[in-house]
Amino acid sequence: MVWKRKIAYINLTTGKIVSKPIPKEVRQLYLGGRGIDMYLLYNHVKAKVNPLGPDNVLLVGTGLLCGIPALGSGRCDIAAKSPITGGVGDSNVGGFFAPELRLAGFDHLVISGKAEKPVYLWINDGTIEVRDASNLWGEDTFETQDIIRDDNEDEEFKCLVIGVAGENLVRFANVRTGMKNSAGRTGMGCVMGSKNLKAIAARGTNDIEFSYPDELLDYCREMNKMIMETRWARAQSKWGTLIIYSNTNTTGLIRTRNFQSNRLDEGEDLEPENMDRYTIGMSGCYGCAVHCRHRYVLREGPYAPIFAEGPEYTSLGAFGTMVDCKKMETVLVANHLVNKYGLDTLETGGLIAWAMELYEKGIIDDKDTAGLRLEWGNEETLFELITQIAHRKEFGNLLADGFKTAISKIGKDSGYYAIQIKGMSSLHSDERPTPSLALNIATSTRGADHLRSRPAIDLYSLPEELLEEIYGAPVSSDYTSYEGKSRMVWWQERLYAVTDSIGTCKFQTVFCAVHAPKWEEFKKLIHLAAGMEFTKAQLMEVGERIYTIEKMFNQREGFSRKDDALPERYFKEPTPTGLPIVKGKKVDKDKFEKMLDEYYSLHGWDENGFPKKETLERLGLDKEPSHMV
Amino acid sequence: MQKILFIDPEKCSGCRICESVCTLHHEKVCNPTRARIHIVKWETAGLFVPMVCQQCETPLCEAVCPMHAIKRDEKTGAMLIDYDLCVGCRLCMMFCPFGGVNLDAKTGRVLKCDLCGGEPLCVKFCEPQALQYLNATTINLRKRRAAAEKFSDLMKRMLALV
Repeated sequence: MVWKRKIAYINLTTGKIVSKPIPKEVRQLYLGGRGIDMYLLYNHVKAKVNPLGPDNVLLVGTGLLCGIPALGSGRCDIAAKSPITGGVGDSNVGGFFAPELRLAGFDHLVISGKAEKPVYLWINDGTIEVRDASNLWGEDTFETQDIIRDDNEDEEFKCLVIGVAGENLVRFANVRTGMKNSAGRTGMGCVMGSKNLKAIAARGTNDIEFSYPDELLDYCREMNKMIMETRWARAQSKWGTLIIYSNTNTTGLIRTRNFQSNRLDEGEDLEPENMDRYTIGMSGCYGCAVHCRHRYVLREGPYAPIFAEGPEYTSLGAFGTMVDCKKMETVLVANHLVNKYGLDTLETGGLIAWAMELYEKGIIDDKDTAGLRLEWGNEETLFELITQIAHRKEFGNLLADGFKTAISKIGKDSGYYAIQIKGMSSLHSDERPTPSLALNIATSTRGADHLRSRPAIDLYSLPEELLEEIYGAPVSSDYTSYEGKSRMVWWQERLYAVTDSIGTCKFQTVFCAVHAPKWEEFKKLIHLAAGMEFTKAQLMEVGERIYTIEKMFNQREGFSRKDDALPERYFKEPTPTGLPIVKGKKVDKDKFEKMLDEYYSLHGWDENGFPKKETLERLGLDKEPSHMV
Repeated sequence: MQKILFIDPEKCSGCRICESVCTLHHEKVCNPTRARIHIVKWETAGLFVPMVCQQCETPLCEAVCPMHAIKRDEKTGAMLIDYDLCVGCRLCMMFCPFGGVNLDAKTGRVLKCDLCGGEPLCVKFCEPQALQYLNATTINLRKRRAAAEKFSDLMKRMLALV
């Protein structure tokens, strides 16, 4: 059965590999995927270790439902102490790796130590070997996967890889699989690089057993129907996440020129319909009916020919609005470059946009940039800087260390202009008019981030009866209001924690679609697939437990209320444009602090954001670290 | 009327749902290596092609089977393996030009698509409709219509109607 599957402990220093079954108690408390990874993170990473040293531990986990033919069940969770924030590092990636790892017999990997020379993990039907990767070192993220498949004479090997950015210890290097899928955030590729681990390759032919296969099949079909009946999924099937741009840019919820405006003027070329010029079809992750990824081709122009997958809404911001580049083609080229080198799109774009603003303000000049002209909208500068960052050359080398180090090195008031929280860049969304989204990025355990708890449906101005039905208490339907928004964030946190732990896609739960599968459906899927019983309240408690153990990890690293903050500019500079409801908005400091108090009290955390004793007891976290696995 | 499992690789998104529903239905587990359908991928070129038994009109599998274990199901037109007769020699696998016969390494049996008795589950699950179960008479009409559309666009442009 699903919950009987294995966890492998791999020490790259000694080469020792041990595998054990995952006890059912651990499943009951944390499900799988991110949940178990967060438990392992708290238990296996000691306080204050160097994130790039051998004592940091890299965790790879498949979700509890991994393998079911619905809801994009192939998500893989990758975690470690983050070299960007120094707190929870955790990133979730789709594609086909997780099911292959599960078919190979493993659900979780705990990778510690550091290899002497470049290696990759070879995992094949119950066997794990540490293999030489000297021929892979220096290769880009696409070639690395092809070479592994060629060397093994097996096209079906699925790989997690790093690119040159990870090898060069760029702090925000990511982990990639396939053409498009990236575990982008919190620098997990940097941790892999620090361990001399170039790739993890899996191939499996074992069965994945489910408790009630016939009923599960029927219910999976129902789930796919349910998600495809939402307008969000149908739009995504055609345009991908690019579709968000049309709405947010018109409203005025997009950062442009770093943080100078909240709408991109003359940004029509970035409208999703223009992808028609390049797209040759969509592609989907494992078990996904939606298929939101463009497969695109650039046939002409100085950077052609390019075949790639993407771009995401995030790419439009990172290489479009934030750096004031207004051409889809620029975004497509930059998207391909970061994917090839293995850099996080969002962090790369955020840092470059910040550097461009510093250049404009005269805080840095041509001497600092070695002559590179960091002008808004200059696509050649953009491409050059991406390449410099990945190879740690010239000015790019400074940015490659991320916001915290770059701010201290540049000094002056450079920190004021940085749109970062806990050291990590925020999405190109402008949260000044939307308190719920502002609270979400401020409190996210992994640093500024939209995927930890974003109540995106707040933007739909839904009827308050419906909102109350979803969130369980009154919530204002006005997205510029502060009323009830802490509850929204709290609810979404728990839902996303559970989604990441059963290993399904966030786009196929209540993220952007209101009538998508959530607690009741998850409950039934877990019953049919794993034979485990939960009530809705119990599942919500699992979400609470996962989020709280993340909070405990950060607390142990010295984080507190002061880190659950917004960049100063959110309170000082009003939005210059947008719809009347959005224009002239900044975050009200007092109301924000009140919202934060409410949020802590909903969690059962004290005014400093630390879990209270009774909360820990209620969640069974009072004896952590408990080392059950 | 006879129906045909029709594949349109251009629509395939590569999600592999067909593989897992195939094994969940037939083997009661998820295991793409034991599926009767397989998506062949050239990942870095963005090409996905579902490959499955074509239920040929003159099936080589039937012709080479020394035990006469492969027979056509009159109702669905599917070529079915009679496991009471099959000795597992794998000649069918060797001769099939499409790789339509798979070997189940767990049991040593050969596997092929049986059209789920006339209601292929992979088709029901295929959201992009890369897999369709169509009447034999309409398949070509559809293809012709799609091809003719290109001409029709051309005609419209020539006549400057658009």
